[in-house]
Amino acid sequence: MEFIYYFGEVFTPISMLLLIGGTIGGLILGATPGLSPTMAVALLIPFTFQLTPVHGLILLGAAYTSTVAGGAVSAILLKIPGAPANIATTLDGHAMALKGEGAKALQLSFISSLFGGIFGVLLLIFLTPVLAEWALAFGPPHLFWLAILGVTVIGSLESNSVVKGLLSGCIGMWLATIGFDDMLGVKRFVFHSSLGGGVNIIPALIGLFAIPQVITMFAKGRFDQDTSRIEVKKHPVGAAFKEVFKRKRALGIGTIIGSIIGLIPGVGGQIAGLVAYDQAKKFSPEKAKFGTGHSEGVIAAEAANNAMVGPSLVPLLTLSIPGSPTAAVLLGGLLIHGIFPGVDLFQNYPEVVWPFINSMLIGQVLMCIFGIYIASFAARVAQVPKSVMAATVLGLALFGSYAVQQSMGDVYVMAVLGGMMYFLERFGFSAAPLVLGLILGPIAESNFVQGSMIANAQDGPMIYFFSGTLNIALIAVVVLSVGYSAWSEITSRKVV
Amino acid sequence: MKKLFTALAVSLAGFTGTATIAGSYPDRPVMMMVSYGAGGATDFQARIVTMTAGNDDALGMPIAIINKPGAGGRVGWNWFATEADKDGYTLAAYNIPHFIAQSIKGGVDFSTDSFEPIANWGADPAVFIVGKDSAFNSMADVVAFAKENPGKLTFSGAGLFVGHHIAALQIEKAAGVKMAYIPTKGGGSAAMKSVIAGDVLGGVNNLSDAYRAAQAGSIKILGVADLERNVFLPDVPTMMEQGLDVDNASVNFRGVMVPKGTPQNIIDKLAIIMPEMFKHKKVAGKMKQGGSPMYIMTRDEVIAMWAARQATLEELLKGL
Repeated sequence: MEFIYYFGEVFTPISMLLLIGGTIGGLILGATPGLSPTMAVALLIPFTFQLTPVHGLILLGAAYTSTVAGGAVSAILLKIPGAPANIATTLDGHAMALKGEGAKALQLSFISSLFGGIFGVLLLIFLTPVLAEWALAFGPPHLFWLAILGVTVIGSLESNSVVKGLLSGCIGMWLATIGFDDMLGVKRFVFHSSLGGGVNIIPALIGLFAIPQVITMFAKGRFDQDTSRIEVKKHPVGAAFKEVFKRKRALGIGTIIGSIIGLIPGVGGQIAGLVAYDQAKKFSPEKAKFGTGHSEGVIAAEAANNAMVGPSLVPLLTLSIPGSPTAAVLLGGLLIHGIFPGVDLFQNYPEVVWPFINSMLIGQVLMCIFGIYIASFAARVAQVPKSVMAATVLGLALFGSYAVQQSMGDVYVMAVLGGMMYFLERFGFSAAPLVLGLILGPIAESNFVQGSMIANAQDGPMIYFFSGTLNIALIAVVVLSVGYSAWSEITSRKVV
Repeated sequence: MKKLFTALAVSLAGFTGTATIAGSYPDRPVMMMVSYGAGGATDFQARIVTMTAGNDDALGMPIAIINKPGAGGRVGWNWFATEADKDGYTLAAYNIPHFIAQSIKGGVDFSTDSFEPIANWGADPAVFIVGKDSAFNSMADVVAFAKENPGKLTFSGAGLFVGHHIAALQIEKAAGVKMAYIPTKGGGSAAMKSVIAGDVLGGVNNLSDAYRAAQAGSIKILGVADLERNVFLPDVPTMMEQGLDVDNASVNFRGVMVPKGTPQNIIDKLAIIMPEMFKHKKVAGKMKQGGSPMYIMTRDEVIAMWAARQATLEELLKGL
């Protein structure tokens, strides 16, 4: 309970000012498409040069937690996920916003973020040494199976048929192979200089989600701009809290899955939301409501992506291994202040590390308060006329995809993928499984190649990929997941 | 009115003449391209070493870092060789041996002839590491195991044609053994994780990262691939001390360069200012805190180093 003594440091005027500034700034950055949590933290590090280590880290901690939550704003209101972590939030969140329940969706998302986030940071505080060992247990074969587990989720995600879902996933996995390959040292599918670095996930995300909407809005906008004006319903905050705690199953599934996936180095928060969403759907008696603006979908996804924040720092703080891109940037932030992460970090620098972790706890609360505060008027975005909206979203999409690496090539990639997605959507394909394929492809491939190389130097791939408790457990879950999808597909056909 | 301004500008330009371009340079902020992502080691160090650029005794103008990551640095360097302005307002960070090895391997638009070095700020040697409980305690143990079990000693490193890979090739060649180099995706930290977790038997990694991991007690460092021992690790012998003929070809040198075609007087001015800028005590302090070894070299020294690297790497990568 040592950490309680260090709360004093967080409640000094300067710390609170930084915390509030970092939280509000983080929410705004997070809500801007293209400015992912990784970018936000990277942009802030030079500012911490001038601050004391404690203050610098408080700012970074607050910004990290609030950018992750802020991504939900554009996911819900514009159907553009600010970062991969928020993809699942678009599925039900945006459907709610279209029904005029944007305020409710935002409130639910911030409250479940608060709950998941606090749980994650508490895990970080109390279970770090245990969790560190756990994180290391995942080697190449396990990460490969984990990615395959993710692939099985693809089929059931937001498509009107499993086959179309899997096909979208395959397109995503193919897109992921473009570029120079670090492990084989070859160029693949680079037929334009913009593709040398491969398809960056953020511009792809923006293009796939935003551009089809823009095209649709421009196409329809002239005719139904004022007739279809949505009535934005007010939603009392108390009711939102009640709703979140009524949906205990979704909240619990989101929080637990987010914490576990956040812990595993290399997988990170990108898929936490999607896996949690899928599981919440499978366990829910109201399965059919998912995707139509169901509160469980928002709760599970947002609880998961904030729950992952705390555990994702475990490998960083104890082993000096950054488990996610954002953690890698935070490592830079720690080093600049002369703080070397490692097992004895908590003994050597308690006066810096504990306020940093505590600031993430307080940051979650502030994030929830400010988030709810903006929810009621942010939801009016739904009333903006379609023509204005289309232009704004297009502007944000161009800005966001350029901002990631100041590259015009990324803008082309965004536009081409977006145009392609518009036509794919007309044939019943959807963006979420495609993006999931784009994320999982490299994880599956690199771990398979690396695992095979190691296996060939040892006992061969069969033993390496198919033996050991963790491998078998993961394979079992994969089989169950596929079996369940197939079974529910068959039974639902019978009913129809 | 517009014409008047143009006339004024032209006459002013004529008045000051080209000879003094370097005198007024720089009169606006300068940009420096880093071909790795924000927050990575190169980006992080680039931001530190350029933080005093705005001082009057340095450039007098700030240097802004922009990142063009992708394909192990190839995306950024391709852009720098083909598209960057040659007016002295566009600088870039180089990583040796990465860009030279990539240009020898081919498939890129740059080589050492595309760039003009300005100055070097840092050197991060490659080290050989093993897990904390490993039976290996010296390079001799590693080589002995590799001799008995050809191709079975797995060791990780960050990708192909980077410093780690070069060190791996040199170690194998010097010891006359075949080992299994496992390139990882996701840079040095993924390679480090695989050593700590025991996925592989050993690994090549950056001295600065390995130093931290060793301090944390999760790995042992068996040898440094450099000509001399490192100040951070005075007790760890070099490869040569352990009988392996491995020189400093894999040391990750970081510094500043401009595209070929940049006016000579601007290159000269930068070459004088930059090494002094790196010596600033604020810069040295931050670099030390971050555990990043500094190694300042002047333009002439860097030109010689590039040429030496080119020769060594061509020899080493032949037939790969």
